[in-house]
Amino acid sequence: MPTDIRIKKGLNINLVGAAEPSTSQAVSSNTYAINLSDFHGMTPKMAVREGAEVQAGEPLFYNKDFPEMQFVSPVSGELVEIERGARRRILTLRILADKQQRVLKHQPVDVAKADADAIRAFLLQSGCWPFIWQRPYDVIADPLSVPKAIFVSAYVTAPLAADINYTLKGKEKELQAALDALGKLTPGTVHVSVGKGEDSPFAGLKGISLHTVSGPHPAGLVGTQINRIDPINKGERVWTVSPQDLVIIGEALLTGIFNPKRTVALAGSCVKQPKYYTTRIGAEISTFLYASGVNETRCRVINGDVLTGSKTRPEGHLGFYNNAVSVIPEGDDYEFFGWNKPVFNKISNTRALTFSWLRPKKKYDLDTNTNGEHRAFVVTGQYEEVFPMDIYPMQLLKACMYKDIDEMEQLGLYEVAPEDFALTEFICISKQPHQQIIREGLDLLQKEIG
Amino acid sequence: MSHKKLTLKKRLHIIKHSLRGKKMAPAFNAFHTFLFTPDETTHSGSHVRGADDLKRTMNTVILALLPVLVFSFFNTGYQFYAAIDAANGTPRTVDLFGNFLTWENFWLGFTQVLPLLIVSYGVGLLVEFIFAVIKGHEVEEGYLVTGMLVPLIVPVDTPLWMLAVAVVFGVVIGKEVFGGTGMNILNPALTIRAFLFFAYPTWMSGDKVWVHQAVERTGTADAISGETILGSLAQNASYSYSTADMFFGFIPGSVGETSAFLILLGGLFLVFSKIASWRIMLSAVIGALVMGLIFNGVADMGWVGESSRFYGLMSFDFWKHLIVGGLAFGIVYMATDPVTGSQTNRGKWIYGFLIGFISVMIRVFNPAYPEGVFLAILLMNVFAPTIDHYVIRANVRKRLKRLKNATILPQADAGKMEELQAETV
Repeated sequence: MPTDIRIKKGLNINLVGAAEPSTSQAVSSNTYAINLSDFHGMTPKMAVREGAEVQAGEPLFYNKDFPEMQFVSPVSGELVEIERGARRRILTLRILADKQQRVLKHQPVDVAKADADAIRAFLLQSGCWPFIWQRPYDVIADPLSVPKAIFVSAYVTAPLAADINYTLKGKEKELQAALDALGKLTPGTVHVSVGKGEDSPFAGLKGISLHTVSGPHPAGLVGTQINRIDPINKGERVWTVSPQDLVIIGEALLTGIFNPKRTVALAGSCVKQPKYYTTRIGAEISTFLYASGVNETRCRVINGDVLTGSKTRPEGHLGFYNNAVSVIPEGDDYEFFGWNKPVFNKISNTRALTFSWLRPKKKYDLDTNTNGEHRAFVVTGQYEEVFPMDIYPMQLLKACMYKDIDEMEQLGLYEVAPEDFALTEFICISKQPHQQIIREGLDLLQKEIG
Repeated sequence: MSHKKLTLKKRLHIIKHSLRGKKMAPAFNAFHTFLFTPDETTHSGSHVRGADDLKRTMNTVILALLPVLVFSFFNTGYQFYAAIDAANGTPRTVDLFGNFLTWENFWLGFTQVLPLLIVSYGVGLLVEFIFAVIKGHEVEEGYLVTGMLVPLIVPVDTPLWMLAVAVVFGVVIGKEVFGGTGMNILNPALTIRAFLFFAYPTWMSGDKVWVHQAVERTGTADAISGETILGSLAQNASYSYSTADMFFGFIPGSVGETSAFLILLGGLFLVFSKIASWRIMLSAVIGALVMGLIFNGVADMGWVGESSRFYGLMSFDFWKHLIVGGLAFGIVYMATDPVTGSQTNRGKWIYGFLIGFISVMIRVFNPAYPEGVFLAILLMNVFAPTIDHYVIRANVRKRLKRLKNATILPQADAGKMEELQAETV
């Protein structure tokens, strides 16, 4: 049943340097890399050895607990390095790209005729499965689980995030194929949420339940929408897929080729010309970063948006799931009497001599300073102002900190992902690491309950 | 590069790094972070953070207390000189610019209140520093507000050594044993106040302690009186203060509790800045009014006679409870302490209401010490976790009910796994 979701609680973080709607082709990258930390909780097992030649779309490694789940190479070339960390854990795979690309082609699937098992097998084999995530636990979906529904959020509210209405324009065919296929994997509904009044590529698609959403961040997060549309109960699974990943899934189904092409938003106050670039998953960020120019020496390059992304370097590589790269100034400097003088250049949810409430539309140039030290939880009632789910955020965080499994369950940990706590983390006066706390809580819950 | 060319910022940075991991690091960092917000950057999660930290939050409460503190300087002086005039048979009426905001009043109050403030901060912060160095954590900001509240909620002539003993007790037993700021069950400032009240009752209650020197002069030719309005009412005696005096605070009482007007302004500032909970403040006011109305009703119905020792306070106009005694101060600055109060929005309504309600109840039924707000808040501090527990249970029950009505899909079994393996080969 389509609904109109209006979110009141929240906070938009308006930052300087949003990407302009113009797209350039990034120069092709010499090396590509897959960062294993993108696949939280998955234990990889190598399918090829160091030095092996792989085609684009050929498996590099697979899920140790589920060998059918393949992770494929975004390019053809030589696997030049398997970087390992403590206890020989694989950290990064580096591939030296061929000049002439060779592509592995699977048999395309006729989605209309194929049954669920055939689609599942195709997605696992073609390397598309890792794009499907599940809740609870916020990990790659268990292929054997039966999701009660599948959710896609096509409403973007995160700061400096890519505008998918722009980047996915004209991809209706791929999106439809992917959504049709996913629809066969669930006895429930495929829910897609689009921004109210936005010209979305999802608007005309069939076989889905289309919802409209409006309101400040985190209205665009899929977790917020699940909580409104069909909250997760204990024992249930729901799957989530990002719109940009649906395009890759759809193209694979239609053509049999895993095409890791991405339109990436390069944004942030450190970027001279924030705009979009087309490149591939795993490409070196410097291949498009310096094309736009960087106007600060001390910057932080982030794979993803500033609230949930991961820290990287210009020589780093585009993450498996990311369609944005944000570059903001590092804030490793002291501020004289920073705690008591009036603040005009930072965002705050209070009015304690902070004045961002005067101009809610103003764009800010925030740096990575924590603006204060880590403390115990003191202030109450402030997280609730930016947390639209029917969950007590501070109590849930505390339950995760003291590892009370029963309480974590009862307070709704099944329904959340770390990203849902990015905004409470942003406004946290005690500077507590909310996302990390939730992540550790989810890992513990998965280990204990499974 | 010579050291002379280094800026203060650089020099402190060098000292900070040289002290890293050493015992004295927390003590130095407390001063350093007072001057400079640290150069710390985000490591996990959100890469950008909001502008507020705990120091700013505490500082906002202190700003809301400053007008009350300055007013207390004048009022302490004014009450002293007014009492002398009254003893000489020439009672004063207040004239804001004529006889209230005078240098004479200010200086007397300043010299009386400032030592209380210095002892409160000095002793309290010393204890905090010692604990921080021993336990190796940073000095936390909780005492910045507590230290300001303490001198404002005691009688002006409280001996400094008593205050020092009480502060040590309050900070150690009321806070540090629980783990410091954010972990305590009872409001530290009120723990200090309660300690003074039960350990040294003669200095904390009665009709002589509220005006400077009233105790010392007892029995001499220069004797002065300093009864509070609540004290007079508890003895079914009359008082000579107008409603405006009560509202603006030209009355005897604890150092900073008298001016309902400035407390109201402070409260509005705290609500506007989103630092203190309006839910607690509003519901506490409602609670006090309801209890006051009940007592007024009882008095009007003639259920207690005029000879009853409760009659004076019971028949006191219900809304005036808010502008005499410490109720307004307690509601605005103490009940709203986020650590010891209710932590859920719904719980805050219940918590606040009961504080107002019980405060007025204790006032009326405890004529020996006709003031109840600090006991009511401490009592509700103890019950706040229970209130929250039931509020949160309601949320949990909702989730369980949803689960009960849901049809959970069966998840796949091992047979399916083999089937799938056959398919993908």
